[in-house]
Amino acid sequence: MSKAPKKFDNDPSTTGHEWDGIEEFNNPLPRWWLWVFYATIVWGIGYTIAYPAWPGISNATAGVMGWSTRAIIAADLKEAEDKLAPINAKLEAAELTEIASDPELGPYAVSAGSAVFKTWCAQCHGSGAAGAKGYPNLLDNDWLWGGDIEAIYTTISHGIRNEDDDDARYSEMPAFGELLEKEEIDQVVNFVMSLSGEAPDPSLVAAGAVVYEDNCSACHMEDGTGDREQGAPNLVDAIWLYGGDYDTLKETVTYSRYGVMPPWSRDASSAGRLTEAQVRAVSAYVHQLGGGE
Amino acid sequence: MVNYFKLIALGLITFFAMIAANYARDLAYMVHALLIAGVSFGLFIWVLRGVGTKVVHPQDEYMDDVIRFGVIATAFWGVVGFLAGVFIAFQLAFPVLNFDWAQGYANFGRLRPLHTSAVIFAFGGNALLATSFYVVQRTSAARLWGGNLAWFVFWGYQLFIVLAATGYLLGGTQSKEYAEPEWYVDLWLTVVWVAYLAVFLGTVIKRKEPHIYVANWFFLAFIVTVAMLHLVNNMTIPVSIFGSKSVIVWAGVQDAMVQWWYGHNAVGFFLTAGFLGMMYYFIPKQAERPVFSYKLSIIHFWALIFLYIWAGPHHLHYTALPDWASTLGMVFSIVLWMPSWGGMINGLMTLSGAWDKLRTDPVIRMMVISVGFYGMSTFEGPMMSIRAVNSLSHYTDWTIGHVHSGALGWNGMITFGALYFLVPVLWKRERLYSLQLVSWHFWLATIGIVLYAASMWVTGIMEGLMWREVDANGFLVNSFADTVAAKFPMYVVRGLGGVMFLAGSIIMCFNLWMTVRKAPAKEASLTVAVPAE
Repeated sequence: MSKAPKKFDNDPSTTGHEWDGIEEFNNPLPRWWLWVFYATIVWGIGYTIAYPAWPGISNATAGVMGWSTRAIIAADLKEAEDKLAPINAKLEAAELTEIASDPELGPYAVSAGSAVFKTWCAQCHGSGAAGAKGYPNLLDNDWLWGGDIEAIYTTISHGIRNEDDDDARYSEMPAFGELLEKEEIDQVVNFVMSLSGEAPDPSLVAAGAVVYEDNCSACHMEDGTGDREQGAPNLVDAIWLYGGDYDTLKETVTYSRYGVMPPWSRDASSAGRLTEAQVRAVSAYVHQLGGGE
Repeated sequence: MVNYFKLIALGLITFFAMIAANYARDLAYMVHALLIAGVSFGLFIWVLRGVGTKVVHPQDEYMDDVIRFGVIATAFWGVVGFLAGVFIAFQLAFPVLNFDWAQGYANFGRLRPLHTSAVIFAFGGNALLATSFYVVQRTSAARLWGGNLAWFVFWGYQLFIVLAATGYLLGGTQSKEYAEPEWYVDLWLTVVWVAYLAVFLGTVIKRKEPHIYVANWFFLAFIVTVAMLHLVNNMTIPVSIFGSKSVIVWAGVQDAMVQWWYGHNAVGFFLTAGFLGMMYYFIPKQAERPVFSYKLSIIHFWALIFLYIWAGPHHLHYTALPDWASTLGMVFSIVLWMPSWGGMINGLMTLSGAWDKLRTDPVIRMMVISVGFYGMSTFEGPMMSIRAVNSLSHYTDWTIGHVHSGALGWNGMITFGALYFLVPVLWKRERLYSLQLVSWHFWLATIGIVLYAASMWVTGIMEGLMWREVDANGFLVNSFADTVAAKFPMYVVRGLGGVMFLAGSIIMCFNLWMTVRKAPAKEASLTVAVPAE
């Protein structure tokens, strides 16, 4: 039926069975294979004596080495905390404005703040802090709520428009779609665009200026430079959080925007994740990125 | 008489599936209910038309039709699975390929389980079905047991694949890796799998050979263990019988442990034991030499199946899993090294006395390199299970590279070898259409795997090192996004490796097609069941 397997004179004997033409040699186990197998078994027994391994009814053998991942991580964390405790205490006691110029605290705060930023802030603001649509760029000198170290510290500690911290920065632009006519929105958008560039329809700018005066100037100021006390953006600098094109601005005016940032300080809110030293460090880090005042 | 019962059953299934579609609580469930209604109605018509005709199966002939279908399904699902893999590899390199218009259907998160299930269960599963049905008949000198039950297994399995794949795209998933299909798909697979076990075991029991060939031990271990794994890891309670959502009965770290006990043994028994069964038949056949050592096959078989089942916890090092379980997972993984290599030795040494064939026969070259990749991955695996290594490699692309050197190298290549062996035999051809095309396939696939594995070693070790990099004060240096950006060039290389592997498999499909169409026919038939001795 099937092709008989080729055999040679020096072939070992077979088991004598055959399946569809397949036979099996009587070769012994390769010695090296067997000894390595034994060695791994012996090593395995030794390893399970040394380390936590065999489960019982309510507990497991702890191993003669006393090894435990939980104990190791606790010790590592404690060591790092102890090592940094003195400088963190100094950081917490220092005046915010003096951290940057302090030869010891300045570099430390930037390196610690950089790690905090990459872990907690980069998700929204980007790992290079350049921001994204709806998430401010932290590299430029345009600030919604203030760019000196104390303003940055307050923003990070309490966050913006969140419901976890009563001291969160808060302001709310009305949705003008419910207050103005469609033509008026069209006009005011043209006016706002004319402040930093060209309006798509210059004939509407004059009418838009009137709408702006009546509805927007209280927060964004008569000259459109905004008000940091209220987090009202500067409209004359051609820097846009959500976009400065006609459609986006129309959407912003019609529906408003409501960007939220969580509170980060553990001391300020139960939702906070960062220690006082971490908040100060990341404030110092953001402050030195380029736009700090 | 049987036909009337079938008609009643199919009619009822159609009826209840229509009701289920009407009450469906989510899209995946509704589409599946309509699909089942359509399939059962089609079968109803088919059975109805066949009432009264008698079909006689010659009991002294092998049942090869179902294997031919299995071979075609293997090649088809292989290309589908590789294509999905190539696409999601480029989605990772170029996120713009997560098209806005396809959000919720064809973004990476939906396509990734589609890719893994297509290659493991559709490609690998059909390869195992086809080869196990072929091997068990030849080495038992008996026709498949159970009449048309083998057809039920084949088509039932295809239905499982379609339900699973469409479910992923529509959001029907229980979110357990490699066990994503929802509860009703799991129940259906259970029925199919029990039928599979019955066909296989029935054939072994009625064999005309005095002994059970080693390939069949491996196939049987695979079928039985996968049944057990599937049942335990899919213990879910449906939220509603009219919805796809279900809740797993295991909680917390127990659920994680059950999941990885399942996940690792899916590798151990589906992708290792089952494929060793293939290896033990096709390598000696293609090399025309006896198996190297009967003793080694016995020892490594029992050692392998005893040890593999305990190795799962190494997927959960440094997690909520207790340390003792983690230690045991690591120790059993390392002791597993030699039993795994027993299969490699038996495969490679079977060629002693026939090494010259490596020069002349690209099919045996394919089988040999598959065993080579098997040896490499079963060394890499125990190494990665060592806690100290795992603390670097875990969650990185190194794991992805490891899986693919095993899946593309070992499972893919041995399957290609088996297909190249089977097609001329099953379609009664003298030879393959073109050995040169087999060579092209071999080199494209091999270089593709090397590109894949090497790029994933580089990105895996790089991102592992970047994640743990700290400055003098002990602060992290890199953000996660930094590591993602750094991987870009290697992601492109990985994608290219995938393209080469896919191209090789398309060449294979062409070659097999032309073998059936154009290769000279062979007169002597191998289809009559006669014991070899």
